[in-house]
Amino acid sequence: MNNLNVAKIQLNGDPYEINNGTNLNELLNTLKIKKNKVAIEVNGEIVEKNKYPNLILNKGDKVEIVKFIGGG
Amino acid sequence: MEDVFTIANKNFNSRLIVGTGKYKSFEETAKAVKASGADIVTVAVRRVNILDKDQPLLMDYLDPKSITYLPNTAGCYSSKEALRTLRLAREMGGWRLVKLEVLGDKKTLYPNMIETIKSTEVLVKEGFEVMVYCTDDPIMTKKLEDVGACAIMPLGAPIGSGMGIQNKTNITLIKEQSSVPVIVDAGVGTASDATIAMELGCDGVLLNTAIAEAKNPILMAESMKYAVISGRKAFKAGRMKKRSFGSASSPQNNLI
Repeated sequence: MNNLNVAKIQLNGDPYEINNGTNLNELLNTLKIKKNKVAIEVNGEIVEKNKYPNLILNKGDKVEIVKFIGGG
Repeated sequence: MEDVFTIANKNFNSRLIVGTGKYKSFEETAKAVKASGADIVTVAVRRVNILDKDQPLLMDYLDPKSITYLPNTAGCYSSKEALRTLRLAREMGGWRLVKLEVLGDKKTLYPNMIETIKSTEVLVKEGFEVMVYCTDDPIMTKKLEDVGACAIMPLGAPIGSGMGIQNKTNITLIKEQSSVPVIVDAGVGTASDATIAMELGCDGVLLNTAIAEAKNPILMAESMKYAVISGRKAFKAGRMKKRSFGSASSPQNNLI
């Protein structure tokens, strides 16, 4: 079945399927990631946290979610 | 009088800045940071692992509210990558104080100063406070200061080499000419190396591997804390002059 409700995006370099109309807040909820501990880029542009609910992801979008890790 | 360490108008108690990489676990990282007494820790920006969402986060072990996170650009080899990393870091939690590190060579991890100066200029214009990892070349560090770096951080030796301060003359020259803090970043292998950096008059020391790769990292972290304090006090005290010959410590008159 070709599911029209699903869109394929690139998430941290790998293919990932989301429901059509998913916004960034919903994506984080699905991934169980707290938004105050990450930063997000969509298609190379940093998205401010207050814009997460309004940013609806589209097919083919490249999403990068980053966090702090140990480093020198 | 208290000897406060000021970077970009912020005061810190400890002159030791520690990295948080290469540890066995976040528990060990947190214990080592505590033992070091550091007020500032460097952290790296990396992708979240989507497949393993239950991975612990550094922030769960080191609270950014009680310790200053200094986001770095370790692993970046161009100005473009470094700027992207620090902009993301700022978005994560509003960090403006950052460590810029643009590398030029994978083997030596030597900094690319052309890209470093270019990046510093852009970051300063965007409102960042930039602490800059750099070569121990006084002309380059002067240039960095001119474009607005808030701290100059020359290497003592290559990152992770543990070879100590290789060019004391240059570090001294850089310290003498700089009006922003000078922090030796990279090359420290053991406590005496950190003390030497401070005795040369440096304002602070940044290190990671010397603690993380010690047999007992927590004990080495504590040792580094005292090494930096000790070197600073020795610098402030002003060392005696060196002599070529002996000079007796006991009076030479009224000998029995």
